[in-house]
Amino acid sequence: MNIPTDLKYAKSHEWARLADDGLVTVGISDHAQEALGDIVFLELPQVGRKVKAGEECAVVESVKAASDIYAPVAGEVVAVNQAAADAPESVNQDAYAAWLFKLKPDNAADLDGLLDAAAYAKVAAEG
Amino acid sequence: MAKQTPLYATHVRLGGKLVDFAGWDMPLHYGSQVEEHHQVRRDAGMFDVSHMLAIDLEGEGSRDLLHKLIANNVDKLTLPGRALYSCMLNPKGGVIDDLIVYFFRPDFYRVVVNAGTADKDLAWIAQHAGGALAGPPQESAANDKGRAQPANGHHPLPREGGRGEGRPVTVKPRRDLAMIAVQGPNARAKTWAALPGAEATSSGLKPFHAAWFGEALIARTGYTGEDGFELMIPAERAEATWDALLASSVKPAGLGARDTLRLEAGMALYGQDMDEQTSPLEAGLAWTVDLAAPRDFIGKSVLAGRRPDKQTLGLLLEDRGVLRAHQKVFCAQGEGEITSGTFSPSMSRSIALARLPAGVAVGDTVDVEIRDKRLKATVVKPPFVRNGKVLV
Repeated sequence: MNIPTDLKYAKSHEWARLADDGLVTVGISDHAQEALGDIVFLELPQVGRKVKAGEECAVVESVKAASDIYAPVAGEVVAVNQAAADAPESVNQDAYAAWLFKLKPDNAADLDGLLDAAAYAKVAAEG
Repeated sequence: MAKQTPLYATHVRLGGKLVDFAGWDMPLHYGSQVEEHHQVRRDAGMFDVSHMLAIDLEGEGSRDLLHKLIANNVDKLTLPGRALYSCMLNPKGGVIDDLIVYFFRPDFYRVVVNAGTADKDLAWIAQHAGGALAGPPQESAANDKGRAQPANGHHPLPREGGRGEGRPVTVKPRRDLAMIAVQGPNARAKTWAALPGAEATSSGLKPFHAAWFGEALIARTGYTGEDGFELMIPAERAEATWDALLASSVKPAGLGARDTLRLEAGMALYGQDMDEQTSPLEAGLAWTVDLAAPRDFIGKSVLAGRRPDKQTLGLLLEDRGVLRAHQKVFCAQGEGEITSGTFSPSMSRSIALARLPAGVAVGDTVDVEIRDKRLKATVVKPPFVRNGKVLV
């Protein structure tokens, strides 16, 4: 299972990366894309939308099912990855390169409440 | 504990992602269901469909029994090996199951039914054959050692007075068989390459015809909209047959690809596109219902006396997104509902079968409610794709 150690994770299988510019990039884990199968559609949030931690804000659809994506921390959506929306299979190809959206977090320290790679590996192993 | 087909160990060996399907451990895919889909449309793929049940009907009352039990007319079957698709209806005209019946002799037919309905179908058929089935319900063909269990023996059913036909029919469930569907434009040639001697017996088969190949039956049927065969073989030969097909470059495909292929082909899925509450006339299956012949069949009087107020048609999503079962469809004539929806790998867009109000016509634009949005879809006549070509 590919779980980079420099990322934070949510139990609901999103990854989050806090960059130097203070923005949080969000995607789904390799484990999640594997479980979903061939991804064919991404519904991304509106830029400018304010989200709470744990709020549904995107949908990833594979051939077999639609899956809700939750904001790992509270904040404002400041960018979405249109290139990934135009080529949804890129999430299958590299789930950590094909990010979904970027958040300006209300409080960057909220990321500390997410899982590290070792803790997420346990969650992923359970299903 | 889910049941396993004689090919269970083979699926595990090949890295299949196994899921529960109608109580069976079945492969959803072996890596990518989209690639498996394309493999079938472009070349040749194979599916383990051993979870479906073959039921042999033997005895001189077999034809009369099928006259009564199924909505299509077995009198269309005159050549040995000829196959017919039909619904089996309840007295209210709802669909108990859809099936394929193969004719061999007027006193010998084989019916192949869905996995999820097999026990119910068997009981229904046995009841109308004039008696109850003896013995316990059928178990999986493979036990935990992967070896075939002996077939349940014949169930001679007693002559039953008062039903009119009264001639004996033996109802024989064939859990001793495995079934492999080899599908795709190159499926037949690759099957012949894999199974020495098969070509001689099956090269002359037209679609919906079958021939014996020793104990095996080779049928030119399928559920993908492509050419190919369905092979019914003794369970103990399943793995060797599968491996021979693999060696002749037929790739394994799972239930995921089977679903997108059948939906593109406009083929109904029991339990999703129709069920016991659905008339075949509303499910797009009027072509399989023989109301013209004088023979009576269960459900006929209800269907004959009713003009359906719903119809099943195809939808093509014009916007981006994915149509799914149970989404609401808004038409000028009222509301409808999607019964099966997916992303079509062949068309790279979303397609669906939908139950729509009578009066909606091909070419109409309708709205589909997907989460909090209403998206535009065009009404089309299925199939969407057949024999590798997009038709809509």
